[in-house]
Amino acid sequence: MKLTGKAWVFGDNIDTDVIIPARRLNISTAEELAKYVMEDLDPSLAGKIQPGDIFVAGKNFGCGSSREHAPLALKGAGVACVIAESFARIFYRNAINIGLPILESPEAARRIRQGDQVTVDLSTGVITNETTGEQFQSEPYPQFILQIIRAGGLIAKTRQDLLGGAA
Amino acid sequence: MGMTLAEAILAAHVGAPVHPGQLIDVPVDLVLANDITAPIAIREFEKIGVGKVFDRDKVVLVPDHFTPNKDIPSAEQCRQVRLFARQQELSHYFEVGRLGIEHVLLPEQGLVVPGDVVVGADSHTCTYGALGAFATGMGSTDIAVAMATGRIWMKVPSTFRFIYRGERRPWVGGKDLILYTIGKIGVDGARYMAMEFAGPAIESLPMDDRFTMSNMAIEAGGKAGLIAVDDITRAYLAEHARRPYREFRSDPDAVFAATLEIDVSEIEPQVAFPHLPSNTRPISQVGNIPIDQVVIGSCTNGRIGDIRLAAEILRRRSVHPNVRCIIIPGSQEVMRQMIREGLAEVFLDAGAAISTPTCGPCLGGHMGILAAGERCVSTTNRNFIGRMGHRTSEVYLANPAVAAASAVLGRIAGPDELPAPWA
Repeated sequence: MKLTGKAWVFGDNIDTDVIIPARRLNISTAEELAKYVMEDLDPSLAGKIQPGDIFVAGKNFGCGSSREHAPLALKGAGVACVIAESFARIFYRNAINIGLPILESPEAARRIRQGDQVTVDLSTGVITNETTGEQFQSEPYPQFILQIIRAGGLIAKTRQDLLGGAA
Repeated sequence: MGMTLAEAILAAHVGAPVHPGQLIDVPVDLVLANDITAPIAIREFEKIGVGKVFDRDKVVLVPDHFTPNKDIPSAEQCRQVRLFARQQELSHYFEVGRLGIEHVLLPEQGLVVPGDVVVGADSHTCTYGALGAFATGMGSTDIAVAMATGRIWMKVPSTFRFIYRGERRPWVGGKDLILYTIGKIGVDGARYMAMEFAGPAIESLPMDDRFTMSNMAIEAGGKAGLIAVDDITRAYLAEHARRPYREFRSDPDAVFAATLEIDVSEIEPQVAFPHLPSNTRPISQVGNIPIDQVVIGSCTNGRIGDIRLAAEILRRRSVHPNVRCIIIPGSQEVMRQMIREGLAEVFLDAGAAISTPTCGPCLGGHMGILAAGERCVSTTNRNFIGRMGHRTSEVYLANPAVAAASAVLGRIAGPDELPAPWA
């Protein structure tokens, strides 16, 4: 599966309070949360993100709180994929569980510039910067994570496991 | 090959030796969520279709974040959690007036004991590592699955061991040790790892300070923050534990991913500057920073030891005219003890506000939100952009003594700079 979109580039340690501030956690749907995504970094950003855009960030993306509202807000805003040098572990689990594609690639994270056109092939993990022609190979997912992704998220996988595939 | 404390607990749960990097499916002893993470967990739980939670005695719901309800949407979320708790007949649902901040409450109520595996939809679930339990924060969907099945998948973490030696200086507590440590290794210094806090300076550290250290393991990216059981833990458990428990410790031949030795005698009270917990400075190098607010409380520093320390500083002193000082005992029990010891009177005399237990201002919920450009010294755990209010406001993390002294002086300062108390 291939995704193509415009890159939004961020720095290191983008925490979940920045992705979606706690004052917005009195709502829990992706569509509503999306209106406030990254508002403390740039209040106008939510209005500028186009469906299919790709976030590119430095190390430890999604650090801090366990709020699943963070990947939900990104997904709701139409962010198709997050590429980072590394992810905080709870964010990583949350994104996989809710079906927000995330890829670890320190090289891509360092080389891609704001506004570049980026294509991600989720089946091979190859990231292509269409603007510069550069290609990057992201870290492969462990087998177990692939099972969650293929099932369509952790809930779907759990239903399969419990009901013997009757889901 | 020997196992670390974290590995030993996980191995006992899966019934076989484990090694770092291994993906395991672990039975859990307790599953936790709060008023902002439970609504999504409940929504996802209902999609699984099992009907009932795996064990009504092992699913704990604590509406502590935006309570007492701060607005109508928060009230709706709390009602959803309350109705779920009733429908599922949960043994451990805590209502306003009978609750506390979850990570103060659960150990106090004896719901977590050594050797447990605990998962919570709250990143500070790692607090229970101070009791020698493997406790880690996850998201709502993971918690939904744990509520349904009583099991969770995880990667066995490697262990980063910290050995603390030497005598603590005056006014240096668990908060300073952990801020100093995070300052050394950075906010991703223990990413994906279990942190284990050990050494002579931990062995003499009071239980409340240990909770503070384990609580902030997540601020270094840690999956857990463990301390082996000793006599201080056992004394705490004798008063609180509701179940028998099993003690684990790292084997002498356990393999650690890294070990850092820290001489605590070199550590001054620490202040973490905006906007990362790793942005630490010793109190002597803070300079003149006027402040608008002080918050003393939270899952990090809302226990009776913290409240006593703040009262010791504020006794027969006054909060600076330019400062709002907000004291938030971490649970009903902490509040009761505070009143019983006459500390509430101390705070009222000093001109401080006292709140009912809530996470409230720590995450910018309510009970002390900052205006544009305002500065707060807080005993909480995070100082990210916009954490306590406006995106241009600033949070400085410190221990309760520094926070209380700053409230008196109107600027960030340690207790050594305080004027003499009133006669």
